[in-house]
Amino acid sequence: MAGCGEARGYSEIEILAQAAHAAISDAGLRLQDIDGLCTANLNAAMWPLNVAEYLGLRPSFIEGTNIGGSAFVAHLQPAMLALSAGLCNAVLVCYGSTQRTATFGRKARAAARNMLDPAPFDAPYQPFNPPSSYALIAARHMHEFGTTRQHLAEVAVSARSWAQLNPAAFSRKALTIDDVLNARMVSDPFTVHDCCLVTDGAGAFVMMRADAAKDRPQRPAYLLGIGTAVWHRTVSNMADLAVTPAQDSGRRAYAMAGMQPNDIDMLQLYDAFTINPILFVEDLGFCRKGEGGPFIASGLTRPGGKLPINTNGGGLSCVQPNMYGVFAVIEAVQQLRGACGDRQVANTNAVLVNGNGGNAASSQSTAILGSSATL
Amino acid sequence: MNEAQQVSGPEEAYQRALDAGRLIIQRCGECDRSVFYPRTICPHCGANNLSWFSPMGDGHVYSTTTVRRSQEDGGDYNVCIVELAEGVRLMSSVRGISPDRVIIGTKVRTKVVKIDGKGLLVCEAK
Repeated sequence: MAGCGEARGYSEIEILAQAAHAAISDAGLRLQDIDGLCTANLNAAMWPLNVAEYLGLRPSFIEGTNIGGSAFVAHLQPAMLALSAGLCNAVLVCYGSTQRTATFGRKARAAARNMLDPAPFDAPYQPFNPPSSYALIAARHMHEFGTTRQHLAEVAVSARSWAQLNPAAFSRKALTIDDVLNARMVSDPFTVHDCCLVTDGAGAFVMMRADAAKDRPQRPAYLLGIGTAVWHRTVSNMADLAVTPAQDSGRRAYAMAGMQPNDIDMLQLYDAFTINPILFVEDLGFCRKGEGGPFIASGLTRPGGKLPINTNGGGLSCVQPNMYGVFAVIEAVQQLRGACGDRQVANTNAVLVNGNGGNAASSQSTAILGSSATL
Repeated sequence: MNEAQQVSGPEEAYQRALDAGRLIIQRCGECDRSVFYPRTICPHCGANNLSWFSPMGDGHVYSTTTVRRSQEDGGDYNVCIVELAEGVRLMSSVRGISPDRVIIGTKVRTKVVKIDGKGLLVCEAK
């Protein structure tokens, strides 16, 4: 990771390269060993070209599919296939954004994106996206299942309690349920504390075949299962606002891993908004549909709980440079290595990562990562 | 060239009707399901024989949010997803009542208004 929080004065490719260098060194490799590249960016449609040029790479495998913030979880699947097919030996997955401090601001970027890629049947109503789309999802979940604003607030408080154990987290000040409920309202039912951070940050990791990875300096994390699902783009075209494509991506990941929810020790869930983890614990089979609010409010996701969620503090409290997926994977790997200091959860052997993308939980990618004990 | 002869795709045809004050949506000739937004093929069954019809204009609020905005910029406003009696859902806004009074289940009627010369579908609470 590099440039997390504020990277004032740096460009996104610069902090991406710093993160890439750190990941490659951590793997005991040199830049010249990298022959596969997975990357995506919200502003540049042909971003792998930018990255290959900047890093001086001539990769034999290139993957630049951008399905939103879940992209860097979704990239695990084509990277795995390319490695197992022998197309390459070491794949660099990397991302960087300076959305917080860039002089070309967020509003101008959003306006440019809306012009190039319009949503003509939604835009005239001026939804404040992404918050408004997820707010419509949350309002429907509250209506159907009795989920409350307190339940949503529990998600933010759980994330903050983990962030307080993570010196690298961006927001570490104590946060209470009342703080969340009484904060400035953005798009009902969300206050600012129901919405993820807006930070800079870059993250990268290296994937190799398992037989090659076991000789590296760090204990490897193994990819046990991976599945991706895309059902829609806009919230107005989401078939059921209370059900996300994670039902499909999760089913695919569990099938590949030969695992079930009760085999999982920890979750790294893309928490763009407080409703997301509630939807994902339901859609990934940790509780029944509609029970995600009380499930998280029971406290089992906080430090000391039996199903830790987002041990780095997540996108709500740790880091969120527009697309968060790469950080969810990195935290899972760190926990499997036992390298997390005060927030380390003992006996972590199987971690489920769920990436979310788009304005309306539109893309989901679920990965299950394991320690050598799960092989 | 008169209006009937003008060549346009479904998106343009839809907006032209709105500009003339009329809401039209599509129905699939194969699976008989209503389709929104306007397309060249049916997203339910893949057929390519969609035709236009005028929905009744009755619906209800499927989900809703109040977007908070400062008074100087115009104040809070409603954004909602409306389900029409014909089964399609679309994004809209309930006008004429305070945004905090729009709740899920609110019965609405569609209305086409003109903003800067362009037709826009909005809703009024019944």
